[in-house]
Order: sequence, then structure tokens, then C-alpha cells
Amino acid sequence: MTKTSIRVVFIFFAVCFVASPCFSSPLDTFEGQKGTIKISGGTAHIPVMQEAAKRIMIFNNDIQISIAGGGSGVGIKQVGEGLVDIGNSGRAPTNEEINNYQLKMFKWAIDGVGVIVNPKNSVKSLSKTQLIDIFSGKITNWKDLAGLDKAINVYTRDKASGTRAVFWKKALDKGEITDKANFVVSNGGMKSVISSDPYGIGYVSVGHIDESVAPVVLNGVAPTLENVKQGKYKIARGLYSNTKGEPSGLTKKFIEYLFSTEGQQIAADKGFIPVK
Amino acid sequence: MKLIDRFVEKFFWVAAVLSLAVTILIFAFMVILGLPLFKGGQFFDLLSKPWLPDHSTFGIYPMIVGTLSISSLGLCFAFPLSLGCSAFISVFGPKRLSKILKKTVQLMTGIPTVIYGFVGIFLLVPIIREIFKSGSGMCILSASLLLSILVCPTMILIFTDSFDQVPKPFLDAADALGGNKVQKVLYVILPYSWRGVLTGLILSLGRAMGDTMIALMVAGNAVALPHSVLDSARTLTAHIALVIAADFESLEFKTLFACGIILYLFTTVIALSVRSINSKPWRRK
Repeated sequence: MTKTSIRVVFIFFAVCFVASPCFSSPLDTFEGQKGTIKISGGTAHIPVMQEAAKRIMIFNNDIQISIAGGGSGVGIKQVGEGLVDIGNSGRAPTNEEINNYQLKMFKWAIDGVGVIVNPKNSVKSLSKTQLIDIFSGKITNWKDLAGLDKAINVYTRDKASGTRAVFWKKALDKGEITDKANFVVSNGGMKSVISSDPYGIGYVSVGHIDESVAPVVLNGVAPTLENVKQGKYKIARGLYSNTKGEPSGLTKKFIEYLFSTEGQQIAADKGFIPVK
Repeated sequence: MKLIDRFVEKFFWVAAVLSLAVTILIFAFMVILGLPLFKGGQFFDLLSKPWLPDHSTFGIYPMIVGTLSISSLGLCFAFPLSLGCSAFISVFGPKRLSKILKKTVQLMTGIPTVIYGFVGIFLLVPIIREIFKSGSGMCILSASLLLSILVCPTMILIFTDSFDQVPKPFLDAADALGGNKVQKVLYVILPYSWRGVLTGLILSLGRAMGDTMIALMVAGNAVALPHSVLDSARTLTAHIALVIAADFESLEFKTLFACGIILYLFTTVIALSVRSINSKPWRRK
């Protein structure tokens, strides 16, 4: 009855027939194709996947694309075991994973991982040492950071999360995360708990930061797209889509679409840095 | 026997064997895959240690405490509510209202738990956080309040069913002695249907322990041992959901089978106790 993870399954049934465009577009390669593509894994990828899937399914309603979350670990595992066609990950698969599953990886965008707090919180700038102390449980009250006299609620992600892996390595220098931390299962989930908890602190993919949460300036550098692009903001990672062996058929076309001008534009629109 | 009858009989037989086999196979599967833990003698270690994956300690004691406290607290909230509601449905309420109420409760049994969790995050969690001014509001209390809503329908339906089984002569006798409705419930219906009440309670406990989504979404899932109902806690089921993506070969992943076995044992004990209650003569004549 219960699912192993919160799944975001998106199936779009195109009801209207769309006249084929008279100009050439990257979508043309989907002309006359039929079948399904199953995607799962990294939750940072979901907005881009959904938009790409929507456009493809409107263009050709014989194609069905399903998108699930689960986290990078789940994505890599499921694609390796042949449960899905594309397994997304917010970190590069390890050599072991690549060898075990014969993974082929495609890095189609670059993303930062930003620390976020509730917009009502007055603390909007931290040093890296302070951040490490907060997450390890040394600093437990906002007043030690010139904020309100309120306990800090630390939120983290589960081990399957690529966002966590990158944050832990590059922001916490592989430091400990307190056992009092609350666990959230997706980037979207993190955003919604922080937006409703005035004393919370967490981290999300930069593409997910919007006005419902406040980004925290770290060592004087704000987690913005521009700073990630210029390499000033160091907590960044690639967004990968992985396939088992060389992709073929629809899966191959989908990945090619992600690298097309239109696919890369979608990535940029959703707050990521295109690779092309 | 007609051919169709024989076919139907065979079908029932296969269905019964299949469902029994699946139950046993799942348990065997967990025991076999958890075997390395038993062999290494780690199994009982796991039951008493904390969960510190960075220090290679994979104890599930905090999760066992989490499961037991969230489900039993949930039951504490749900029990008086359900008892009152079912007494109202069977005795106090006007016929038509009772009927509508019962239909509503039946409808409630079908609501997916993820919806309770979703509503909980946006409504209950901020309220708890503001009232108690401590923690994030994602805590044992929030989860058990939501769980109590989840198990109430099960309890109410079982309670009303057992209340309705009280023989009419008993009720007539109470009326004849001039007893009012409250006295009728306290001295006739409850003493007569205590087995049903107990069954309802135990089955609800099973339902509460088996639920995953509510705890996963609103209990906070911290791995520290909870010390108060306002602390964030993780249940066994949520723990399985969170760790399932770990590497198959790792010890971390193998401990999930220990969680599975423990949950299985809990539910088995529950099922057996329900059976032992019901196998004793139900009606006193």
C-alpha cells in the first residue's frame, strides 16, 4: 500500500491535436514515434524533465513519459537494474556504479546547492564555519547568530540525495550532520518545509530557490545562478541523466532533446546553467 | 456438482493457498536476507544501538521507540474519540443522523494516508510549533494526532459492530429496570462487547504501526532517540523508506531486514492476540 518514496508521477494526456509546426524544431525527431520513456531519480531534475516531457507529449501524443523522484541513489539503482530508461542523478555516479551497471552518463546542466532559511528569518548571511557548526549541532540557537532567541531546526536529506552528497562534501567539508536533524525526501519537500518553518535551515538546488524561501549568503557569496556560472559560488554540481549502456530509440532522442537549443533553454528557464 | 461450481471452488482454494504462501514467503525472504546479521550476532546489537552511519553503527533502537511511541500515543487520542462516536451511533444519536455518520466514517477508511500527511504539514505542524514554542512542529505529537484520525474509522466501525451484537433482550431488560441511555451503555453494552472493543483497539494498533506516509511526512525523521513528544522521531516504516536507496551490499541496507522482521513480529503478535480474544466463546448465553 505504501510507496518507498514520494513519487511525483507526471503523465500528460494530450487531448488536442497540434498541427505540425511549419518550421524545423528539435521536436521533429519525435515525429511518428511511439512508446514510453520511464524516468526516475534526482528531484532537482524534475522541473526540467516535466517541461521537456510536456512539450514532447503535446507534439506527439503517442509518446508517454513518466517521471518519478526518489533521489539520485534511487535513479542510479533503478536504471542499472533496468526498471527505468533514464536514471537522473545530482552527482556523478561513482566508478563502482558505472562499472557495475555499465552506466553511460550525460551531464546536461550545472546546478548550485544553496542554503535556505525562511524569509522571516533575519539571519541571511553565514560563514562556512558557522554553517558547519549549525549542521553539526554546535550552534543550536539563532541568537548566537544575531537572530531571534529560537532553537534552530536543521533539515537535511536522506542518503540517496545527490544534493546532500554535494552539500556534505563541498559546504560541510564532509563534517558531521547532527542526529537531531529532520529528514525531508525531495528538493520540493525541503522548500515547502523551510517556507513554513520560520526557524528552519536547509539546503536545495539553486534552481528551486524562489520567493517562498530566502537564500543565505555564504562567506559573502550569494547562491545565485550568476555566481555559480562564474565559479564564485563553489557548492555546485552537474545534473546527470544516466542510461544503462548506449541509449537507443526514444531514450536516445529524449537525451538529444535535452542537449538541443530548446532543451538547454528549458534548463536555463528552470534556474540551471546549460552546458552548451 | 456443476462444472462452474467446481471451478469456483478451485478458484477459492487457489486464492487461499496463494495468499498464505505469499505471507510466508515474504517472511522467509526477510529472514534469509537478514541471515548475515543473525550469523554475525549483530541482530540483537541492532535492537539496542543508535543509528550513526558515519560511525558504522546501524542500530534501530530509536526507530523502534519512534514506532511504539507514535502509534501508542495515536491510539490514546483515537480511543476515547472512537468510543464516544460509536456509542453515539449505536445508542444516543437519532436514527437518521447515526446512519449518515456511519456512512461518513465508512468513507473515511478509504482516504489515502498521504493526504493526511499533506494536510498535516500545512495545517497541523505550524499550529503545534506555535502552541508549544519548541522544535519545528514536526514531532511525535503531530504524527500521532494525524494517526489517530487515520485509525478512528477502523475503531469506530468495529466498535459499532460489536455494540450492535448485544442481544435485544438485554437492552429491553435495562429499559425495563428504568435505566437511562448512559446506564445502558456503561452497564450493559460495554461489559457485553469488551472483546469487540479490544479487537478494535489491537487492529488499530496494527494499522497505526504499519503506516508509513504520515510519519515520513510529519514526524521529522530525526535519528536521535526522542525524549519528549515534541521531539522529531523516525518510525521503522519511514526508516525503511528513507534508507532503501542505500547500496544493496552495505550493512546499512541489510539492517533494513531487521526492521522488516521486527515489524513483521509486531503485526504477528497483534494478529495472534486478536485471534485468541475471538476464539473464546463470544456470546454468553
